[in-house]
Amino acid sequence: MVADGNTPAPPERLWRNPEPKRNYDVVIVGAGGHGLATAYYLARNHGITDIAVVERGWLAGGNMARNTTIIRSNYLLDASAALYDHALRLWEELPEELEYEFHFSQRGVLNLAHTEQEVRDARRRAFANELNGVDAEWLTPDEIAEVCPILDTSPNLRYPVLGATYQRRAGIAKHDLVAWGLARKCDEMGVDFIQNREVTGFLTDEDRVVGVRTDKGDIGAGRVGLAAAGRTTLLTDTLGLRLPLQSHPLQAMATEILEPVHPCVVMSNHVHVYTSQAHKGELVLGAGIDTHNGYAQRGSVHVVENQLAAAVELFPVFARAHLLRTWAGTVDVTPDASPIIGPTPYENLFVNCGWGTGGFKATPGAGWVFAHTIATGAPHPLNEPYGMERFTTGALIDEHGAAAVAH
Amino acid sequence: MLLVRCPWCGDRDEAEFRYGGQADVDYPADPHQLDDAAWGEYLFVRANPLGSFNERWVHTAGCRRWFSLVRDTATNEMSPDIPRRRESR
Repeated sequence: MVADGNTPAPPERLWRNPEPKRNYDVVIVGAGGHGLATAYYLARNHGITDIAVVERGWLAGGNMARNTTIIRSNYLLDASAALYDHALRLWEELPEELEYEFHFSQRGVLNLAHTEQEVRDARRRAFANELNGVDAEWLTPDEIAEVCPILDTSPNLRYPVLGATYQRRAGIAKHDLVAWGLARKCDEMGVDFIQNREVTGFLTDEDRVVGVRTDKGDIGAGRVGLAAAGRTTLLTDTLGLRLPLQSHPLQAMATEILEPVHPCVVMSNHVHVYTSQAHKGELVLGAGIDTHNGYAQRGSVHVVENQLAAAVELFPVFARAHLLRTWAGTVDVTPDASPIIGPTPYENLFVNCGWGTGGFKATPGAGWVFAHTIATGAPHPLNEPYGMERFTTGALIDEHGAAAVAH
Repeated sequence: MLLVRCPWCGDRDEAEFRYGGQADVDYPADPHQLDDAAWGEYLFVRANPLGSFNERWVHTAGCRRWFSLVRDTATNEMSPDIPRRRESR
């Protein structure tokens, strides 16, 4: 991790590895980005520091280690724009606040439009963004070529680039460093990280959850917050609590390390690929989920093939790059492609799940509203529309249908 | 890539198929009798198990017929048995 000379050398130890106490005020299940951010804001905003974050593997080793690190807030719907732009504003503060350089780089995101209908939808989304105070611009192919010269904007493509929305405040961050920065601050404030301990169920007293069962003994808890991503339903099923989640493999990939060639983030829903160049120099690519349910953290090669075909069509120079690695995580997808953040029928059990393919960008925002929900027992105004009751009332936040958004 | 066994065409690449999710989810016999919670559950909630899963596939690039199979969601191992109809949720 040297390439640009600015990456801090990892210090010897950023957090303790304590034995868990018998009881905590709050137990958070999952030490990924969202679990860490939730612990951080519980301590920072609500003065709750008697927290254990229990993790079945190692800290930030699940989807936090596997995402494509894109951060943006250019969502169509009001509830989404508010939630994701709040997260983006927190990202802008966090490097200073955590006193930890995690390479948040606001290099901008281009969301390409390849058909007349996509042009109309994208321009509508840009107008909606402006009305919601989210920065957005519409670029013509010539303007796109200035922002991202390696993108083929000629009319010769099977699906030529007809225009793009451009959010300048969007960008990428180094995911591992984000997790380490959050974990270090949490540890300083007294939060315990309990790694290699899998939560397998709950201790209940009638309609209250009073702790978690783990593979190495029980831990008592005043309140429990789930930030377990693809494995959420495995836990809620033990309570007979059925959530509208389906767990799918989501794949991403990286090339060898290259000189800087790709100046921004480019996303295309129509040919379906998204790309950026990591600080170290790899081209990082991703796209949609494998359609079948699965917990194998492994996807199918035809999905990779489709993404690479799209990437090479859009970026002819990519044809010369060697793909070094592909990998997959397990993402929990809801029917409306929006997360579920809120209380449950168990008065002291709270869920933050259903982020599907787009959780990384929301890390600090999710932590902020989930901490509020756990601390006060009621949702923050920003996550009020995101309760599980929307699947009964029908008040969906239909980002898939409305914007065809790839996360 | 998964190798999916179509009951009519035999083992074929996954790319020839579309996925149909949980099998045996019946349309409610009398939808008007359902309250909002039950209707919401029918529309949106499906089993999401780690392990054996009875699921639908359609051979879109082949015989275009629907069928069910049992797959382990942790290992992708597919059972050679024809799935027995289970009680829908």
